[in-house]
Amino acid sequence: MLSYFFRRFGQAIFVILAMIVLVFFGVNVVGDPIWMLISPEMDQQAIAATAAALGLDKPIGEQFFFFIKGLFQGDLGRSFVHGEPAILLILGRMGATMELAIAALLMAIIIGLPLGMYAGLHPDRRASRTIMAGSILGFSLPTFWVGLMLIMIFSVMIGWLPASGRGPTDTVLGIQTSLLSLEGWRHIALPALNLALLKISLMIRLARSGTREAMSMDYVKFARAKGLKESVIIRVHILKNILIPIVTVLGLEFGSLVAFSVVTETIFSWPGMGKLLLEAIQRLDRPVIVAYVMVVVVLFVFINLIIDILYSVLDPRVRLTEAKA
Amino acid sequence: MSSSPGQSLSTAPTQGPVSARVETPFQRFAAAFLEDRVAVAGLALLAFIILSSLIAPWITPQNPYDLTRVDLLDSRMPPGSQTMEGFTAWLGTDGVGRDLYSGILYGLRISLVVGVVSGLIAATLGMSIGLISAYVGGKLDTFIMRLVDLQLSLPSILVALILVAALGKGVDKIIIALIVVQWAYYARTVRGTALVERNKEYVDAARALGLSKSRIIFRHILPNCLAPVIVVLTVQTAHAISLEATLSFLGVGLPQTEPSLGVLIANGFQYMLSDRYWISFFPGVALLLTIVAINLVGDRIRDVLNPRLEK
Repeated sequence: MLSYFFRRFGQAIFVILAMIVLVFFGVNVVGDPIWMLISPEMDQQAIAATAAALGLDKPIGEQFFFFIKGLFQGDLGRSFVHGEPAILLILGRMGATMELAIAALLMAIIIGLPLGMYAGLHPDRRASRTIMAGSILGFSLPTFWVGLMLIMIFSVMIGWLPASGRGPTDTVLGIQTSLLSLEGWRHIALPALNLALLKISLMIRLARSGTREAMSMDYVKFARAKGLKESVIIRVHILKNILIPIVTVLGLEFGSLVAFSVVTETIFSWPGMGKLLLEAIQRLDRPVIVAYVMVVVVLFVFINLIIDILYSVLDPRVRLTEAKA
Repeated sequence: MSSSPGQSLSTAPTQGPVSARVETPFQRFAAAFLEDRVAVAGLALLAFIILSSLIAPWITPQNPYDLTRVDLLDSRMPPGSQTMEGFTAWLGTDGVGRDLYSGILYGLRISLVVGVVSGLIAATLGMSIGLISAYVGGKLDTFIMRLVDLQLSLPSILVALILVAALGKGVDKIIIALIVVQWAYYARTVRGTALVERNKEYVDAARALGLSKSRIIFRHILPNCLAPVIVVLTVQTAHAISLEATLSFLGVGLPQTEPSLGVLIANGFQYMLSDRYWISFFPGVALLLTIVAINLVGDRIRDVLNPRLEK
């Protein structure tokens, strides 16, 4: 178990290092950001001075060396546009993104799990077919367009929910959150639903196939034979068993929620780090792009690592095959 | 192995005098495909979409790129309005006075071309890498598969965003970004199938005949790996079209001079809050129909080609 843990941990570190190199050189071959930062009236000397101040005049190898050195000091460079340390900018916006991603994840579970289980328990009913057709539609709908439609219907036409912003925030234990007020919930409802849509579809499919599989198992048939109530069978025998794969997949999907929040945050003007990334891309603000990618990759790698380890704890078969390999 | 020799296609030619009713694999595939009405509807819809985008210049009232035919006075007209140019804009006009119906058909062309071209190149590239990886094996195989794992563990939208940040705007750059995003799916799929095929007897036979490695890989193993690739190709094309639209919507994809459906939707976004829904709504419907049609066809192809589901 311990050796498995260390090996996975080593792999995780290797992935992060590989991404650092890829992203740094990838982003730094892009056009010259200096042209975005200077005004046309500047003379050659002023341009050179600006470049020197940002370290852009040095050869790329040297820039990389300074970047790595800074990395170990927790410094990913200063934003060309904002003039603040890039990592602080990202971390400052991270709370809003996490709030949105968690709200979307909860929504996917609350809506998707019951619908999927229903479709799995009664595969031949008309309602189940509607649910499954809906999930195909959910996979096909482009996220950004659904966001626009949500704004059109709920904000413009009916006028129930606000179309943009985060609403008032309260500070709890040093974390800003908008989930403590009704106004905050009204603001997060549409963006969270938008972000959750794909995951609801995924959840429905997972829950349905899991339920169908569990239904054909001997222990469920035996529970029926014992005369247990249907509600008990669903809760104890089916739900518990389909939860392991669902928790795993949802954990992995959390990272993709964070990534897709770039789209949702842009549409709903949600002040998260995805919106920051997009602004950085449009303005060639390299340090912010690199810092965003670093933060997200570290997040990803560690989510994967935690899930892998949890999984091997929950399911001994994984551990055994890994040990043999 | 449950099928009797008479039904099995691979043994049919060895049966001596064959009856005239022998089906080619394609005929058999087509017959199975047509059994599902929803899939046929999807195929019809897809054919309709592709055809109308191809003949767009002959069935639209306006060339939306021809500035002499676009009148700013026509801008933001609701669906069904009469334009200054003398035709009826059934789907309304956009912010600069372009007819939306014409804009959508021309935009479809760009979206489809970007999706299909990137899909085909990614498929070719991914297949070659996957085949070589499977056939050569060893360290090269481990390295390639690690790379594939690494890339597939990151969401495609994130990889695409980083790439467009690095490459910039433009049709060629978006296609490159979409190829990089997609190749790994093909490489993994083909490698998996090729590993199974590699150990089959016909490959041993080819090797015993002294055929060259490349001939065995591309002429013997490759054709037998195509079924799963076709499935991935349909799914990935839909995905690529959607991804391009998303990037263009975010303003980091195609430029205004190449108005794909995503660009059209992005242009309409600013008018959304003032109740001019049609500028974003109709291009979005076109995008949705295209993706749904491809997905329906892809789902059916997967079911038909999946040997485990065979009756």
